[in-house]
Amino acid sequence: MREAAVVSEPNPLQRIPGVAMVLVLLIALFSAIAPGFLSVANLSNVLVQSTILTMLALPMTLIIMTEGLDLSMGAVLTLTSLCVAIVSLATKSMLLGLGAGLLVGAAFGVANGWLVAILGIPPFVATLGTLGMAQGLSLIVSDGQSVVGIPHSVRDIYSATLLGIPVPIVMALVTYAAFHGLLYHTRFGTYIFALGGNREALRYAGLSPNRLLIAVYAIGGAMAGIAGLLMTARMNSGHPTAGLGLEFDAIAAVAVGGTSFERGNGWLLGTLLGVLAVGVLRNGLNLISLPSSVQVASVGVLVIVALFLDGLRSRA
Amino acid sequence: MTDITKGAIVPPRSFLSQDAIQVFYRLLAALLICAVLAVLSDSFLSLGNILNVLRQASLTFFIASGLTLVVLTAGLDLSVGANVALSACIAGTVIHKTGSPALGILTGLACGGIVGLLNGIMVTALRIPSFIATYGMLWVLNGLTYWYMAGETLHGFPAGFRQIGSGYLFGLPIPVYLLLVFLGIGTLFAQRTIWGQEIYAIGANPVAARLSGIPVARRLLLVYAVSGTMAGLASIIFLSRLNSAEADIGESLTLPAIAAVLIGGTSLFGGVGTVFGTFIGALILTLVLNGMNLLSVNANWQPLVTGVIVILAVWLDMKTRRRAQ
Repeated sequence: MREAAVVSEPNPLQRIPGVAMVLVLLIALFSAIAPGFLSVANLSNVLVQSTILTMLALPMTLIIMTEGLDLSMGAVLTLTSLCVAIVSLATKSMLLGLGAGLLVGAAFGVANGWLVAILGIPPFVATLGTLGMAQGLSLIVSDGQSVVGIPHSVRDIYSATLLGIPVPIVMALVTYAAFHGLLYHTRFGTYIFALGGNREALRYAGLSPNRLLIAVYAIGGAMAGIAGLLMTARMNSGHPTAGLGLEFDAIAAVAVGGTSFERGNGWLLGTLLGVLAVGVLRNGLNLISLPSSVQVASVGVLVIVALFLDGLRSRA
Repeated sequence: MTDITKGAIVPPRSFLSQDAIQVFYRLLAALLICAVLAVLSDSFLSLGNILNVLRQASLTFFIASGLTLVVLTAGLDLSVGANVALSACIAGTVIHKTGSPALGILTGLACGGIVGLLNGIMVTALRIPSFIATYGMLWVLNGLTYWYMAGETLHGFPAGFRQIGSGYLFGLPIPVYLLLVFLGIGTLFAQRTIWGQEIYAIGANPVAARLSGIPVARRLLLVYAVSGTMAGLASIIFLSRLNSAEADIGESLTLPAIAAVLIGGTSLFGGVGTVFGTFIGALILTLVLNGMNLLSVNANWQPLVTGVIVILAVWLDMKTRRRAQ
């Protein structure tokens, strides 16, 4: 693994089939069995509902590319969503709310990165610990209650449109463009590939892998902050379990999207398609009136199958 | 990538070995916490509270003891809490339907064991990294449990069955006797049987273990199945203690169990640790949470404190081992 060269080119041809096939299969399946699935209203609903997940899954892709993991993302989103609600309620300012969410999210991201990079704690345990902390802080700041009565300026973000396109979708597209540019067209992006594939090379090149790792986790935390704003706007309140399990949907999207957990090889467009696959799956199961518990279980099965296939590919 | 000589020198696991010294330090820490709590709170040293701590620690220990074996092989089982919830709900249904506690207990243990076996299959046959495989399993189990229970609560179990979790024998809670039994079995199994030693060997160096003829896949299957079965046992104790079962009872169990294992000195990197250490770990965690309770700290602080403890425990472990090398 150490000898692997720095891979800076995405390798779409090998990967499009897997995740695109899953997406097409799911769409075909639900078009056939779920009445109303193919309506414009429902499809745009799927897109809008996938925006929060997009904002978590893209940074999760970068983190997994460094052979890391962030289990705390859902809990951090809960906390930032509460911060947005509390601060915007107190100051009547959406921007101050967003600022608070970003700050808290980035702080958790830096803490995750510090635990993983500097202290060398395995990522899944370090972020499990911070998951507990974020969960605890969410309960403490909200006292276990919903935060209601948030200003219109926050709520409107979820329902407003820009040139006829819902603002959450615009935000998700901008995020995707930013991540694409960052990963494939900047030196930092190349370093991210190297963090997973060849950390030694970074050190020989005179760079600090630790600082880069912290930056990657910090991006994840900050994105959880922005997604927290969307979550608060969507629920029109802050709730101490708002983000429960979202990190799992994000991991599912990344895994289905063909990013490897073992080789520092990632593909952002795959993650985007993976997000849509998870969104379509949940929406379709919802339309045929299966409860959310079944949706959770089926996303779990999706992840295990995707990881199994990933394992097969890596051995082939 | 893996050096086959890594971890080749395994010190003899006799008394006053490195393990024993580590356990001794942790016992001291537990005593220190007890002393502090006795000073800070009048009710800490009351018999009722001490029995309560022991009973609470035994619940954490049941889940954590099986998990210890998994962590000894450098794996992790994140599905234990969700497994407890599913097993408790299924066992509860069986007791309600058949009226037979024995059948319910068997079903709970079997359900836990089967889930553990499935984890083992994912890790060995499908070669999915354990933390992500069992994390997927966590959500599959959560979904199944919520779907199965559909928001219902099971409650009201036979009096005899409820004795398991809430009864006393010679003045001690029955779970404490079970704790002693499983502490004994676990310690003997890990330290004094060939299979137990093979589990240490797999954790210390999987390549060397395979090359020296240890059936690695079979031992791993066993370890995950044991972890699942212990979660099944914990589900029975929970069921009889709470006298009710709900889909969400497992959500706050996984992190404390992992904390107990790590505080107890079992290394996340495999090959180092003892079941007795995990018992002390469960005791320390319970003492801290109990102390917070006695000092009337809001229960909302518990996940935060548990999270900090998990990270501190791993960090201390890595620090001491770096110094030892």
